[in-house]
Amino acid sequence: MNYNVMAILNLEEREQEIRGLTAFRPIATIPLAGRYRVIDFILSNLVNAGIRQVGIFSKKSTRSLVGHISAGKPWDLNLKHSGLFLFDHPLLGDHNYDAKLFANNMEFLKKSEADYVILSSSYMIYNMDLQQVIEKHRVSGNEITVLYHPVSDAYREFLNCYTLQFDEHNMLTGYSKNIGADNIANLCMELFVMKKEMLIRLIHRAVQMGEGCSFCDFLMKQLHHFRTGGICYHGYVSCINSTASYYRTNMELLTPQVREDLFCSARPVYTKIKDGPPTLYTEGSRATDSLVADGCIISGTVHHSIISRFVTVSPDALVQNCIVLQGAVIHEGARLNHAIIEKGAVVYPGTVISGTPDFPAVIEKKLLQVPSA
Amino acid sequence: MKKEMVAMILAGGQGSRLGALTSHVAKPAVSFGGKYKMIDFVLSNCTNSGVDTVGVLTQYKPLDLNAHIGNGAPWDLDVRRGGISLLPPYMRKTTAEWYRGTANAVYQNLEYLEQYHPEYVLILSGDHIYKMDYGRMLAHHRKKGAEATIAVIDVPQEEAKRFGILNINGDRRVLDFEEKPRHPKSTLASMGVYIFNYDVLRKALIQDNEKERSAHDFGKNIIPSLLEEKRRLYAYPFTGYWRDIGTLSGIWQANLDLLSLDNPLDLYNKDWQIYTRPIDFPPHYIASYAVTEQTMISKGCSVYGTVRRSVIFPNVTIEKGAVVEDSVIMSGCRIGSGVQIKKAILCEQVSLPAGIVIGDGTELAIISPDTQYDQISIAAG
Repeated sequence: MNYNVMAILNLEEREQEIRGLTAFRPIATIPLAGRYRVIDFILSNLVNAGIRQVGIFSKKSTRSLVGHISAGKPWDLNLKHSGLFLFDHPLLGDHNYDAKLFANNMEFLKKSEADYVILSSSYMIYNMDLQQVIEKHRVSGNEITVLYHPVSDAYREFLNCYTLQFDEHNMLTGYSKNIGADNIANLCMELFVMKKEMLIRLIHRAVQMGEGCSFCDFLMKQLHHFRTGGICYHGYVSCINSTASYYRTNMELLTPQVREDLFCSARPVYTKIKDGPPTLYTEGSRATDSLVADGCIISGTVHHSIISRFVTVSPDALVQNCIVLQGAVIHEGARLNHAIIEKGAVVYPGTVISGTPDFPAVIEKKLLQVPSA
Repeated sequence: MKKEMVAMILAGGQGSRLGALTSHVAKPAVSFGGKYKMIDFVLSNCTNSGVDTVGVLTQYKPLDLNAHIGNGAPWDLDVRRGGISLLPPYMRKTTAEWYRGTANAVYQNLEYLEQYHPEYVLILSGDHIYKMDYGRMLAHHRKKGAEATIAVIDVPQEEAKRFGILNINGDRRVLDFEEKPRHPKSTLASMGVYIFNYDVLRKALIQDNEKERSAHDFGKNIIPSLLEEKRRLYAYPFTGYWRDIGTLSGIWQANLDLLSLDNPLDLYNKDWQIYTRPIDFPPHYIASYAVTEQTMISKGCSVYGTVRRSVIFPNVTIEKGAVVEDSVIMSGCRIGSGVQIKKAILCEQVSLPAGIVIGDGTELAIISPDTQYDQISIAAG
């Protein structure tokens, strides 16, 4: 139990590169890995570290978020004392939005009995023991601790994310944005640990200064004014901030090492329950190198793909290098390659859809493939 | 608090013929269909039928069952008014006794029923596999002005001896009832699903309890005594999939029944879902060289080998070169590379080292964690 620590998830995340998938939802609730949503990973990290008070701050349409999170039951956050809190206000305007939202809900921070707060975004995907992070922060004497992840392919991964510079004692010396110019970089995992009072001061300051940027941007600018230390994480990390990174992250789950890192049995990833039966592979079906969730009926051929819950792949349909989201129906004779099929989409018989690994074709929700005459 | 109908689920039985599967759990807690436990079917039927007050009578090895049912949340039975109650035998001021039969178990919980002043009581078995709308059965019960209604299913002539067999007239009124008759007069078998008017049931249970020679069983004692009293008993015909699984080969067959798309249990029908306590595993992984044909696979599994005509429960690993055919592999099993399994049930948490051969495809092999590997080799011949 970690009554001493509360968490704030800031869903103000850069969506410019991922438009198709965020047409109906924030990045936080994009379906991932067959049965999860993006936010499940950080939420599970938090509750697996014993954190029992989580505030989620969101500006975007929250229907999808409320539908997924509800009272927080899957994460055992449906508690009488503390638990899950959702804050949204779609009318605050765009400038400085998230800092204002924090300030408007300052009571949430002030009323909490917690001494420490974890501030994080949702779109970094990893499975880490945050209990250790909190401990290290406590004994370090630093004012702020930030997680980072060393990467060697920054020219194509984690574009538009923050990168951090440290001295030899792992103390922060500067930050920049990854524009893909370098290969080696320390990715900022956008998870910060600090005293609650420190965050309250920072929020006040952000509103006072009226900076025309998000709170996260503001925080990055402020970090070097404080004793900010880094904790390095070497395990698997990915950031869902573009359609390409979303596609790549899903495909990386087909590697055993990545699955072991993300789904380690000591720290399960929790998600909303759907009650599907196990998946049925019919006679004549063929499935290889794929991750398949419950409730599917696979009669066709599936190769190197991620198949979410309640998907139907009809006989003689071919699905390869695809991400098929919940409840989609792939009819007979359809041929799909390098495609992302949205929730509930129906792909009519004989349809051919083909993208490339860098530009996967996104077939949007409710945007049905019309049968040819 | 008044409730129109309260369900009582009989879940205390051992199911001794299921051998290794029930050595640690009561029969209703036996795993079935990849992710379910047997009792999920009646519990889901209750919630899907709008029955929200359910007592579960437990006695034999209830720990798994208790943990599985918990507060009833997976079946939406964690409600303020009514909900689920686990009812083990309990001590009274001067007496303490085990449940001595199905009827006695309900008799000992009349106090529980009394709290709800029900008009009707629905009696169910916790180990039957079927989908049924008890609301429609209740409507039939009311329409006929019945005092008790027995759900019946048409069984093959040669199997009729295993069941309680009813004779009915054109209005479906029950004329007589014989428990496991040597010469069955019809093929209408009782499913062990009853709706009683509460006052009629209450009186019958109290009378039965005083009879020393009674087996205190619904089929053997309560139904015949009501017929003797010329009570209005009606049959409610059910068509569809229904199994009272008594044997290991029955378990095996019922699991494999799920592998055909047109099986009448139709687990994929979202209008009548079967709910269970969730477990947290990622989706299953099918490797590049794996084969999965006519097979059901659950979450958390990793399949590198070949699986045909089998039901694979959660968190099972099947290594490269292993071949699993016509089998039921329960959760947590590890099947080493090159292992060959044909027509077997692997109980939960069995680990098979590489190269082991199980089953010859004729006799059903049962492997539990206690099975010795030299025994397996002998069985394989």
